[in-house]
Amino acid sequence: MIAGGAAPGFAARLRRGFAASDAAPIYGALALVAAISWGAIVLAGGQINLANTLVRSVALGLVAVGQTFVILGGSLDLSVAYQVSVTAVMASYIMQGDPNRMWLGVIAVLLIGLAIGCANGLIVTGLRVDPFIATLGSGLILRGILNASFDNFAGAVPKEFQVLGYGALGPLPYAVLLLGVVAAAAWALLRFTRFGHHLYAVGGSQETARLSGVRSARVLIGAHMLCSLGAVLTGLFLVSRLGAGAPWVGPDGNYDLESIAAVVLGGTPLVGGRGGVLGTVAGVLILALLDNLFNQLAVNTFLKEVLRGVIIVAAVAIYTVRSVRSPR
Amino acid sequence: MQGISKSFFGVPALVDVDLDARAGEVHAVMGENGAGKSTLMKILAGALQPDAGTIRLDGEVVHFSHPRQAQQHGVSIIYQEFNLLPDRTVAQNIFLGREPRRGPFVDAGAMEAATVALLAELGMERSIASQSLVRDLSVAQQQTVEIAKALSFAAKILIMDEPTAALSPQEADALFAQVRLLQRRGLAVLYISHRLQEVFDLAQRITVLKDGRLVATLDAATTRPDELVRMMVGRDLGHLYPPRAAAAELGAVRLRVRRGGGGRLRDIDLAVRAGEIVGLAGLEGAGRTELARAIFGDAPFTRGVVELDGAPIRIRSPRQAIRAGIGLLTEDRKAEGLILTESVRDNTLLALRSLRGRVGSQDDATRLVLDLARRVDLRAASLEQEVRYLSGGNQQKVVLAKWLATRARVLIFDEPTRGIDVGAKAGIHELMRELARAGAAILMISSDLPEIVGMSDRVVVMRDGAIAGELPAGASEAGVMLLATGQAPGEVAA
Repeated sequence: MIAGGAAPGFAARLRRGFAASDAAPIYGALALVAAISWGAIVLAGGQINLANTLVRSVALGLVAVGQTFVILGGSLDLSVAYQVSVTAVMASYIMQGDPNRMWLGVIAVLLIGLAIGCANGLIVTGLRVDPFIATLGSGLILRGILNASFDNFAGAVPKEFQVLGYGALGPLPYAVLLLGVVAAAAWALLRFTRFGHHLYAVGGSQETARLSGVRSARVLIGAHMLCSLGAVLTGLFLVSRLGAGAPWVGPDGNYDLESIAAVVLGGTPLVGGRGGVLGTVAGVLILALLDNLFNQLAVNTFLKEVLRGVIIVAAVAIYTVRSVRSPR
Repeated sequence: MQGISKSFFGVPALVDVDLDARAGEVHAVMGENGAGKSTLMKILAGALQPDAGTIRLDGEVVHFSHPRQAQQHGVSIIYQEFNLLPDRTVAQNIFLGREPRRGPFVDAGAMEAATVALLAELGMERSIASQSLVRDLSVAQQQTVEIAKALSFAAKILIMDEPTAALSPQEADALFAQVRLLQRRGLAVLYISHRLQEVFDLAQRITVLKDGRLVATLDAATTRPDELVRMMVGRDLGHLYPPRAAAAELGAVRLRVRRGGGGRLRDIDLAVRAGEIVGLAGLEGAGRTELARAIFGDAPFTRGVVELDGAPIRIRSPRQAIRAGIGLLTEDRKAEGLILTESVRDNTLLALRSLRGRVGSQDDATRLVLDLARRVDLRAASLEQEVRYLSGGNQQKVVLAKWLATRARVLIFDEPTRGIDVGAKAGIHELMRELARAGAAILMISSDLPEIVGMSDRVVVMRDGAIAGELPAGASEAGVMLLATGQAPGEVAA
């Protein structure tokens, strides 16, 4: 028998929602990493710059929040790095430094992003191509088109647009605000809408979802479109920082594999069905804190890569052991 | 094997069972589904470890902690589902994991030669090429490959689990010849089968299991088939079925299929009334699950008409079926009925949400799920508990709650109590009867004969994709079996 109980208050429900999202342990890990890295930085005579760390997290954060959707649904998007480039290049190309064309540029890249996401989703669901191959392929296509059309910085964004990258609301940079709003919206979408419920269901078992009347294909296509939106926002943020877009901004940032690493580090397994955006944000912050620590301590670049790799693998190993051992 | 016991999660599957097999003997192991045959065989083959009891081989006590160890001691098993790689050759399959080597390389020549020799022992070297891909072989040929593989381990004991289930009569005859050949070579063959005829043809001794206990080991020559059937099905007094529907409780025909066909299904005429539980019996592969999937729109009928409450209805997808008020409780609950990583709440609301039905606020949803959980008498720690941590019986109740949420009026249960322990079984049966009494039309597929006979207001029997016949409430298990196997009554009674 199950006890009914009174309806919990809003605070209690939030707390329960947080606990149910499995994100609690990852935030514990985040606090630990923050304490260790800041302690080490202070001991080494460096300075803690939280705002800087947060701004550095924005580019990866936006794309990783998007990536969370597809991975939750059991899919994957390897083309995000090139989508970031497409956005950056097209935005500055369309805006051409003209403030009047700013919104035109933003709307155009949003539409392009949605179209790419829709195409990815259709290839994965309609043609039933494995998402790894499908998005690897679509990424290559985008790279080819970009490199054939642009070989350097194209156009420019107006000063007004650079507010996104450098402006701040009091002590809070707009970019960090943007990431916060996007993450909160994504969290709410996953938790309170049918789409969210269906996405978890499709990731948990596509067959069960289908036999329960869920239109799995539509759900996955939607997830791919949301993923592309994340990449578009990252592209817009980067181009506002850089002033102009170039074809290499996406691949240089390794946003494809890094975003997947952040999602997995945040507790969403690659098979999907569980996890969520809160964990992903923590994953992104952990990666940023580590970067910050390594930079402050002037750790050798290659050693840095090794350490990041070890941490990601160790984290996933811990999740696996935990999920095998912890029947509640 | 002496005093073998085994429990799964506290549910006893085998209790103090003895079994012996002699060299040069075919020893049949019989019993209903869930009697413990497969568990016993898996223990002998090293795939499971017994909780108690000893296994002796040629007088020596052995412990198998892995199937490989059993194989090395000469115990091989051929499961119903073959253990072959479809895209590798016959020779590669037989020597998988122990390929003969010359230096660092696989000695393909030696492997081929050994394979041909093994096939020759079975008299099949001409019909099966050692280099053909397993994918290209017929089921019977694949079985021969499995037997050859067992021989290559110098098997002394060969266990065969329902080897004729997927074979045509001619293929089965060929298999029997191979089994007799093995017997002459001095192997002990443990032969699991439901088919009386072939058991009496092949076996010298027969061991009957029921509910995890040994009933008897008999000499085939001095046993009559009807005696054997009685031992197998002997009424289980521990489990009574709820009373059947009274004539007054039966309503109008709710679901009707007219001349439905498509895939393997032919000329299906079927009607289920409101308030009625119709049992759908038949052997494995007779087309029962296909029929359920056709009604549910997963693999829709290509011919014929489906009517709901007298009106013809077009169902081309599960979504349309759900909308029309049909629910399917699949045989494989874990892969097709539940999202294991999600909570009781989300699983219960899954189908309702997919239809954009009113769920309302969080609190409304909680009330709805709690109400449904009470109706199906679910035992869970909380609504947020992930369903993978529930017992089989409670998982089935969650699937049922999912369909109650959509107010399904037609419920199709595919093997409703398979893998569910006896106590929970009775609970599921009670629920099904309650739902019928509340006006649902229920179609129940089951391979569990006592369940078919105990639960059904009417029994429909399928064979080879068509309906073989219909029996009224209270039909005997033998009667159902006769229709399902297509044997003339005389053959069993003889």
